[in-house]
Amino acid sequence: MVDNRPDPRLSMRTPLGRVKGLGAAGHGVEHWWVHRLTAVANIPLIVAFIIIVASLTFQPWDAAVRTVSHPLVAILLILTVLSVTNHMRLGMQIIIEDYVHDKGWKLVAVVANNFYAAVIAVACLWAILKISLGRILA
Amino acid sequence: MAEVNAPSRPLSPHLQIYRWTWTMAMSIAHRATGAANYVGAALVATWLVAMAWGPGAYESVQGFFGSWIGRLVLFGYTWSLVHHMLGGVRHLVWDFGHGMEPGQRMAMARFTLFASVPLTLAIWIVTYFVMR
Repeated sequence: MVDNRPDPRLSMRTPLGRVKGLGAAGHGVEHWWVHRLTAVANIPLIVAFIIIVASLTFQPWDAAVRTVSHPLVAILLILTVLSVTNHMRLGMQIIIEDYVHDKGWKLVAVVANNFYAAVIAVACLWAILKISLGRILA
Repeated sequence: MAEVNAPSRPLSPHLQIYRWTWTMAMSIAHRATGAANYVGAALVATWLVAMAWGPGAYESVQGFFGSWIGRLVLFGYTWSLVHHMLGGVRHLVWDFGHGMEPGQRMAMARFTLFASVPLTLAIWIVTYFVMR
């Protein structure tokens, strides 16, 4: 890490704190980095997702189940759910932190945001697993 | 007493002072489409859970998505996804330090809108005429 302080003698930070590079919140650049990581992952995954959904648009239920239970489709959908729900959770947290100024409401909103993302993720994963694994067990 | 304490120096101008530019419009559009995609994820969850639930539930959900209001929502969702993806690529280009010059910034901002609309139409046209 580059020491780019104007005058190192004036810093209140300890050398250990500086070298860890985790900042005041103790998370460093994790939020920013995971947001970018999932953004890059989302590009091929959303393209695949749109193709999958488009191909199922006019299909009846049994054909849709057959497609979603295909290993490649199921794995692509699971990866999409993991990447997208994390990306949207991180993005909505930025929006909340920008616009919700009251400390209490900010906490409520951030907690609700995490719960919403978790519910969406688990609902989608449950459905994909039930559809795709059910065909082996049935 | 509030008048006495009010600062007499000028405050820095806020957003409404500035002329709207493409970069400003596409910046807030990126955030708005991100928020729309956030809500749209619930549609995907509903669709997948209905499929896992059984044929009856799936037919109902497909029936709603096939209605005029459903198609309108899905068309908007498709555009929102495409626009947010193009805007995201623009941000990734910026993350590498490219495309910061005034002309490039404006061209990239315009591109996100002018490319997202035909791309969305293309997705729907292909879906209607090839997948049916």
